Amino acid sequence: MGAYDVINSRAARVDASDKVRGRAVYVDDMKMPGMLFGAMLQSPLAHAEILDIDTTAARRLPGVKSVLTSKEAGLVKYGVSPARYDETIFCHDRVRHVGDNIAAVAAVDLDTALEAVSLIKVEYRELPAVFTVEEAMAEGAPVLHEAYPRNLTAEVHHEFGDVEAAFAQCDLIKTSSLVNKRQDAAFIEPPGCIASFDYSGCLTLYSSTQVPHYLQRVVAMVLGLPVGKVRVVKPYVGGGFGPKAGANHMDLAASLLSMKTGKPVKMNFDRKQVFMHGRARHQFFHTITTGVKKDGSIMALKHQCHLNGGAYSSFGIATVYYSGSLLGGPYKLPAMKYDGYRVYTNLPACGAQRGHGAVIARACWEQQLDMIAEELGIDPIELRLKNMMTVGDVTCNHLNMSSLGMKDCVEAVRDRSGWKEKKGNLPPGKGIGMSCGFFVSGAGYSIYRSETWHGTVIIKLSEDGGTALVYTASAEIGQGSDTTFAMIAAEAIGIPLEWVRLESGDTDFGLDLGAYSSRQTLMTGLATKEAGEAVKRQVLEVLSEELGIPVEDMDIKKGVIIFKRETPDITALRTRYIKEHRGWTDNPSPDEPLSFREASRIAFLSRGSIVGTGKYKPPVLGGDHKGATVGTSPAYGCSAQVVELSVDMGTGKINIEKITDAHDCGLAINRTSVEGQMIGSVSMGLGEALFEEVKFDDKGRVLNGDLAEYKIPRALDMPAVEPVIVESDEPNGPFGAKEVGEGAIMPAIPAILNAAYDAIGVRIFELPLKPERVYQAIKQYNQKLAKQGAEEMSSAKRDGNLCTKDAQAIDISSQKMNVKGK
Amino acid sequence: MKKLIRVTVNDVAHEVAVRPNQTLVDMIRYDLGLTGTKNGCGEGDCGACTVILDGTPVNSCLVLAMQADGRTITTIEGVESGEGLHPLQQAFIDKGAIQCGFCTPGMVLSAKSLLDENPAPSEEEIREGISGNLCRCTGYLQIIDAVKSVAK
Ligand code: FES
Ligand code: FES
Repeated sequence: MGAYDVINSRAARVDASDKVRGRAVYVDDMKMPGMLFGAMLQSPLAHAEILDIDTTAARRLPGVKSVLTSKEAGLVKYGVSPARYDETIFCHDRVRHVGDNIAAVAAVDLDTALEAVSLIKVEYRELPAVFTVEEAMAEGAPVLHEAYPRNLTAEVHHEFGDVEAAFAQCDLIKTSSLVNKRQDAAFIEPPGCIASFDYSGCLTLYSSTQVPHYLQRVVAMVLGLPVGKVRVVKPYVGGGFGPKAGANHMDLAASLLSMKTGKPVKMNFDRKQVFMHGRARHQFFHTITTGVKKDGSIMALKHQCHLNGGAYSSFGIATVYYSGSLLGGPYKLPAMKYDGYRVYTNLPACGAQRGHGAVIARACWEQQLDMIAEELGIDPIELRLKNMMTVGDVTCNHLNMSSLGMKDCVEAVRDRSGWKEKKGNLPPGKGIGMSCGFFVSGAGYSIYRSETWHGTVIIKLSEDGGTALVYTASAEIGQGSDTTFAMIAAEAIGIPLEWVRLESGDTDFGLDLGAYSSRQTLMTGLATKEAGEAVKRQVLEVLSEELGIPVEDMDIKKGVIIFKRETPDITALRTRYIKEHRGWTDNPSPDEPLSFREASRIAFLSRGSIVGTGKYKPPVLGGDHKGATVGTSPAYGCSAQVVELSVDMGTGKINIEKITDAHDCGLAINRTSVEGQMIGSVSMGLGEALFEEVKFDDKGRVLNGDLAEYKIPRALDMPAVEPVIVESDEPNGPFGAKEVGEGAIMPAIPAILNAAYDAIGVRIFELPLKPERVYQAIKQYNQKLAKQGAEEMSSAKRDGNLCTKDAQAIDISSQKMNVKGK
Repeated sequence: MKKLIRVTVNDVAHEVAVRPNQTLVDMIRYDLGLTGTKNGCGEGDCGACTVILDGTPVNSCLVLAMQADGRTITTIEGVESGEGLHPLQQAFIDKGAIQCGFCTPGMVLSAKSLLDENPAPSEEEIREGISGNLCRCTGYLQIIDAVKSVAK
C-alpha cells in the first residue's frame, strides 16, 4: 500500500461541506411551481374485505385536485422480486395489514389533502387475522394471498454435502435457537417523493430511494410508461439501511397523481407511516444444530428458520435464502442442511435491513459456537481460528473466498482487547465475548433475472480541460459512495480529488442497481475505474499523436503528465493552450511540467468531448441448485469483534463498556468512511441486541411507532469502539476493495450475547437483551441452582460466584444438549 | 386566519404570516426557505429540527410559529460567520462526523449551544448535550470526537 495518491486516505467527504451548512438538498427540501401535496388513506384494520369505497365527499372538498383508488390506478402487480409480485398501488378487495393503502389524494396543500383523506368512507367486513408464524401456518388459518397456501411466501430446502454422514462422525452435537424481534431501520429522514409529469409525456420522480434503477422499472411497469420516459432522481437521502431499497406505493401514487393533475405532487411518510410501511428486519426463529469433532473441527450444520414476513413479500424471498446461504462461511464446513420458511402475517411487510437475512442466523450460530467451545474446553477464539477458511477456499454451497482476512481480524481483536488476560479472569457481572462475521460484497445477480450490467459509469472531461465529470446512477444514501467514486475516478485518471465533480443517483446517467447488498464500492467502483482509465487513455493518445511519444511512455499522476523517458518539448502545446486563455491569471508558467488541464484541453481540440465509459457485471457465480444465486458475490467481507460489558445483577441492565472491532474491507478507499461504517454498524447491532423491538397490539396496530418508544441508540448508549481496518487484497475489487457497509454488523449481536453469558453464566436465546429478560434469566438460573439443592452452589451464589461459568450452561429455553461419547 | 409575526432569524428580521397551528419548523423550512433545519419525526423525538431560540436549543417541531413572535432564532444557515465555517462545522468534516447528514444541522446546533454554555465539557457532558439528537448512521463516536476537538 501507500502506492496511491488519492485512495486509501482520509479525504473529507465530497458532500460534507454542503451537509454541515444545511445546504445539501433532500427531497422534502425541494419545491416546484404549482406543486400539489398528496396524502394516503391507510387501513385501520389488519385484515378485512373492502365492501365499498366512497370518495364523493373528498372529491367535493375545495382544493382537492385528484382522488385515486384502485379503480383509477388499476391492478398491475409489483413488488421487489418478479417471482413474488404481490402488491398493487391500492388495495381493491382486501386490506392485509394496518396501514395497507386504499386511496390517495392530491390537493393544494397538505391540510386539505389530509382533510380529504378523512372524508373518504370505506366499508369493511373484518376478517380473522394472523399475526404470528404459528397462527399463520395453523390448519385452517386465513390465507392472505390465495396463491400461497399455508401463508408460505417462500420455502427453501438446501442440502450440501452428506449431512447425516457428517453428523455420524461427530463427537459433540449441539442444538440451540435464537429469536429476535422485528426491527425498524429508523433512518432519520422519513421517505418522501415529488413526482412531476410533464406535457411531453415524461415523468420525473424525485425520491429518497436507495435504488433509482429498480424504482424506475417498477414505476414504468405499473403505470404503463416506456422506461425511457421515466426518470428517477435521488436527491440526498437521510439514511436507508434497506427499507428504501424498493418502489413503495407512495412513489407510485404520487406519480399517478401527477399524471392525472399535470402538476408536480409531493408526498411524505410521517414517522408513524414509516412503521406501518415496515420493510425492515424480519423476526427470525432459528434453530441450529452443529456437529463437531473433539478437537473442535466443525463437521456439519443443520439449520431451520421461520420468518414472520408480514403481509407482502417485499425482499422476503431473498431474505429467506440469505439466512441459510451465508452460514456457508467463514468456517470450513463440509456439510450443511437448511430449511427456511417465510410466512405471510397480517402485519406490515418486512424486507431487507443492513446485513440482509444473515444477522440473526449469524448470532444464533456464533452463540452456539461459544457453547461448543466451552463444552470442549477450547478457547472460543481458538475454536474459530481452527475452523476458519482461507483464501481460495470454496464453501460447501459454492461461495468462493477470493480474499479473506478473517485470521487477521480475529487476531487483531484478540490482541487489542487483551482477550488472553481478560477471558476467564473477569469478576462476577463482567463479561467478554467475541464473534466473527461474514457478508457479501454485492449480490452476484440482479433482483430481476437479467443479463444486465450492474453498474455503468460515464466520465466526461470538461471541454475546457482540467475537470473530470463523473456521472453514475448509483445511490449515495449516507454511506459515502459519492466520495468513494470520486476518489476512485481521481486515482484512475491520475488527478487530485478536487478536480473531480460527481453527479449521482439519476437514472439518466446510466444504469446502476443501487445501494443494497453492499455492492457499490466493488461494482460501481470497478465501472468508475474503467471509465477513468478510458479518459486517461484518450488524453494520452492525443498527446502521443501530438508529441510522437508512445502512450506507454507516459502517465498522469497528481494532475501532471509524466514522461517516463526523456521529457519532450511541450512549448507548442502550451502556447496553444495559453493563446486560448488570454486574460486568465493562472496560466502555466514555462518551467512547469505539462498539466492535465492543458493535456485534456488539447485532447478536446483534437477529438471533441472526451468521454470514457465503464461497466461492470459479475461473472457467473455459484452452484446450479435452486436459489444458488442468493449469497453469491464476487467477494466477501469479513469481521471479528470483542465486546466487554458489565451486567447489573440486581436489575439485569447491560452496560457495554468497550468494543474492539476488526473488518476486512479489502483496500480501504477512504479510511475515515470505513471506520464510520464500522462504528455505525456496531451501533445498529447494539440497538438490536439490547432494546430495539417493534411492538403490536392484538389488532395488529403498531404500539411504538415513534422514535421515543421505539428506542435506537443515543449518544449515551455508545461504548468506546476501537475500529481496526484489515486490508486483504481482493482480486475482484477496484484496487483490491470490497464491502464494509453491512458485514460490520454481523458480529455485533453474537459478541454481545457471548459477553453477556460470560458475565451472568446463563445463556439467553431471545433478543433484545432488555433488563427484564436478563434479570429473569439470572433469577431462573439462581432458582435452578437452588433447586438442585447444591449447598455449595447456593453459597457460591451468595458469594457472588454466580458468574463462574459452569461447564453445563443452563438453557432457559429448553434446548436439547446431546453429547455423544466416542 | 393567519397572523403576522416578527422573528429575527440568523440576524435578519422577518415578518411572516403564520397559521395558528403551524409549527416553527414548518415556518422555517417552507416560509423562510431555510431547509437546513430538518424534520425527522415532528414529535420531539429526534432532534433533527433543533434550532436555537433566544439562546436555548429547542425542537422546532414542538414550538408553534406564533410562539416565536418577537424572538431570535439561529438555524444551521446562521452558524457560519463572515470568517467561514464555525470550528465545530470544520471539525464535523474533519472527523468524519457526517454520513447521510440528515441529523447534522441539529447535531451542530446542539453541540454549539453546549459549547456556548460550557466551553470545556467532559466527554459525558458532550454525550449528554447531544443525547436529544438521534443519529442512525454514525454511531455518534466521530461526532463526539469532533465536539471534543473543539472544546477547550
Ligand atoms: S423533527 Fe423535531 S424532534 Fe424530530
Ligand atoms: S448522519 Fe445520518 S442520521 Fe446522522
